[in-house]
Amino acid sequence: MPVITYRDALNQALREEMQRDDRVFLMGEEVGVYQGAYKVSKGMLQEFGEMRIVDTPITELGFAGVGVGAAMVGLRPIIEFMTWNFALLAIDQVVNAAAKMLYMSGGQYPMAMVFRGPNGAALQLSAQHSQAWESWLSHIPGLKVVAPGTPYDAKGLLKSAVRDDNPVIVLEGEMLYNTKGDVPENEEVIVPIGKAEVKREGSDVSLITYGKMVLVAQQAAEQLAKENVSAEIVDLRTLRPMDVDAIAASVAKTNRAVVIEEGWSVAGVGAQIADFVQRECFDDLDAPVLRVHQEEVPMPYAKNLERAAKPDAKKTVAAAKRVLYLE
Amino acid sequence: MATKVVMEALSPTMEEGRLVKWLKNEGDKISSGETLAEVETDKAVMELVARGDGVLRKRLLAEGETAPIGQLVAVIAAPDENIDALVAGGGAAPPAKEAKPAEEVVAKTRETAAASPVPRAPEQAQGEASTPPQQKVPAYRVGSAAPKAPTPPSPEPQTEQPRQGGNGEGRMRSSPLARRLAHERGLNLDGVRGSGPGGRIVKRDIEAAVAGGGAQPRAAAPAAPARAREGDFADVPLTQMRKTIARRLAESIGPVPTFYLTAELDMERVVEMRTAMAEMGDEFKVSVNDIVMKAVATALSLHPEVNAHWLGDRIRQFNRVHLGMAVAVEDGLITPVVFDADRKRMSEISREARELAKRARERRLKPEEYMGATFSVSNLGMFGIEHFTAIINPPEAGILAIGAVERKPVDVNGDLVTRQRMRVTMSCDHRVIDGATGARFLQTLRRMLENPLMLVY
Repeated sequence: MPVITYRDALNQALREEMQRDDRVFLMGEEVGVYQGAYKVSKGMLQEFGEMRIVDTPITELGFAGVGVGAAMVGLRPIIEFMTWNFALLAIDQVVNAAAKMLYMSGGQYPMAMVFRGPNGAALQLSAQHSQAWESWLSHIPGLKVVAPGTPYDAKGLLKSAVRDDNPVIVLEGEMLYNTKGDVPENEEVIVPIGKAEVKREGSDVSLITYGKMVLVAQQAAEQLAKENVSAEIVDLRTLRPMDVDAIAASVAKTNRAVVIEEGWSVAGVGAQIADFVQRECFDDLDAPVLRVHQEEVPMPYAKNLERAAKPDAKKTVAAAKRVLYLE
Repeated sequence: MATKVVMEALSPTMEEGRLVKWLKNEGDKISSGETLAEVETDKAVMELVARGDGVLRKRLLAEGETAPIGQLVAVIAAPDENIDALVAGGGAAPPAKEAKPAEEVVAKTRETAAASPVPRAPEQAQGEASTPPQQKVPAYRVGSAAPKAPTPPSPEPQTEQPRQGGNGEGRMRSSPLARRLAHERGLNLDGVRGSGPGGRIVKRDIEAAVAGGGAQPRAAAPAAPARAREGDFADVPLTQMRKTIARRLAESIGPVPTFYLTAELDMERVVEMRTAMAEMGDEFKVSVNDIVMKAVATALSLHPEVNAHWLGDRIRQFNRVHLGMAVAVEDGLITPVVFDADRKRMSEISREARELAKRARERRLKPEEYMGATFSVSNLGMFGIEHFTAIINPPEAGILAIGAVERKPVDVNGDLVTRQRMRVTMSCDHRVIDGATGARFLQTLRRMLENPLMLVY
């Protein structure tokens, strides 16, 4: 099976869906001539031409709104944000237009569109450009939110997102674009929205996570294995709608849960998961649910402070040991 | 070091205890394990035992008074130790009092962090985060190992010391899973030592208790016979028909669908035997009830399908016979158990039954002496009751109501003669016992009582 990068997996997904359906087009800053700020759309201007690979000015609110309008007349736009930090300017179109259109028009206007781009911190991009927005976006009825952590899931979820008739948020990661993984070549890769996957089987503690933090969970699980702790990794893959059955099944097995999320803790995605676990898995719990997350500070620029503020394997291992009463 | 003496949970269902009698006076020297007082629970009078050495400095509950579980009733301390604070804070139930400051600390931390628009050092804000705080340890976290927080970019010095909360007493802490497991395994959490933060009982403690038999039932006593062990029983899976019978009949007649089988037994030979034994000397004297109990126990050993419990999703048939016997006490009744009654000699059954009945009336039975019956009998013959029906004590599947032995006219081979007769009525849980099953058991019982020599076979 070919091993390709997360970046190429997204590229494959975009091309395949644009080849399959000529209503699909890509729009955003630097997606065309520059071949994508992170080269996700490499070669696509050449393949699909200027009508379907549309370079925009630096006007997030404007081109997100153009995307909403295009979706309303039956096209299936994919809006690329150079990062979700910039998408704050477009949040009104995402939340008030895209997420509400089907509802407020009684289904008269279609709204099959995708908003995608890298989310969360990279390296030393400082306070304004290192933020994880998944709890904001997952908060909104009318949106679906996916956060793939592997090349396979990136391809499969982006394709599902393009085919979905609702607005779908795809949260990628700058630090993920170069990661590699198996993606089969001659078969259709589709990952259903709303379906978690157990990335690693284990019996002692459930590490519940998604997106970039799947890598952190994997490192933590490796370290825990050296100390004879068998950690199970539940990769949610979709944050809204969330596959709570997968969470319950894992917690029933391990009796302990640690949630790892990239963003801050207050009103974070992990709070939602902890709420579900305490309510629906109460009798299975041998310890409180613990959360690993970014420290409650704007992301520091200094390398050492940035490292200290991010959720990482060390913090995850410590939390896992606490719920196992090993410390 | 002072030791608090609190009202302990001396029976599984006890919520409060009445102090019947102090056995030690203020000023008495006390060693751990000594009995301090007698306490009446909802079921029996039990002993309250010292958990530390010293002098009984203060008794806080008068004889005849009642205290809820956990309330301070006395203080044991060194002769010169200052116990004023202990005594002063003693009366109220402790847990609520101490939980409050902890909540306040957390709440305050939350406010600080939420209201602040400026970047805060992570450790400052961590109080609101669920990653464990480094320095502000609320009382409910005392005992947990405060983990090393990441090196924080903090300009603020650490100020607060970890809070010491009085977690030693008050309610027992256990994880939801631990409670569920203990319940499933019939384990009393009181005897389990918690290894989690603040003494929380967690899964591994239950596993250890089960593996090592470490969980003592309340008063360490010969509880062994009561506890069902592997090999003592066979679990029979429910067939669809059995499930349907269980469901339909329960709908029809309430939680325990009961039916009744009555048989009149000829007790001529039993009475003869009893008389003959009594003539041999006082030490051979047994009651009719003793003989009936021996016969019932022996018959049960041959009919495990009757010697059974209804467990909701299965029927548990016992290979051992623990026979409960209803004993009337002043304001109710209780059913002490003759364990392994089928394997005991009649004299043993007789002695045990008498002893248990006596202690039941004095309310001195220990929980393990009235729990664990596989089947029960109730005898109102001594009141001249000819026939009655008894109510099943779930999860047992049956109870045998024994009437008086009376001389009655009966037809024997065409001749009208008078014989010693006794009527027994078995209440059967139809989910477990069908009519014919119960009838076969009564047939065996009839053969034994009408030919009591079978009991020595």
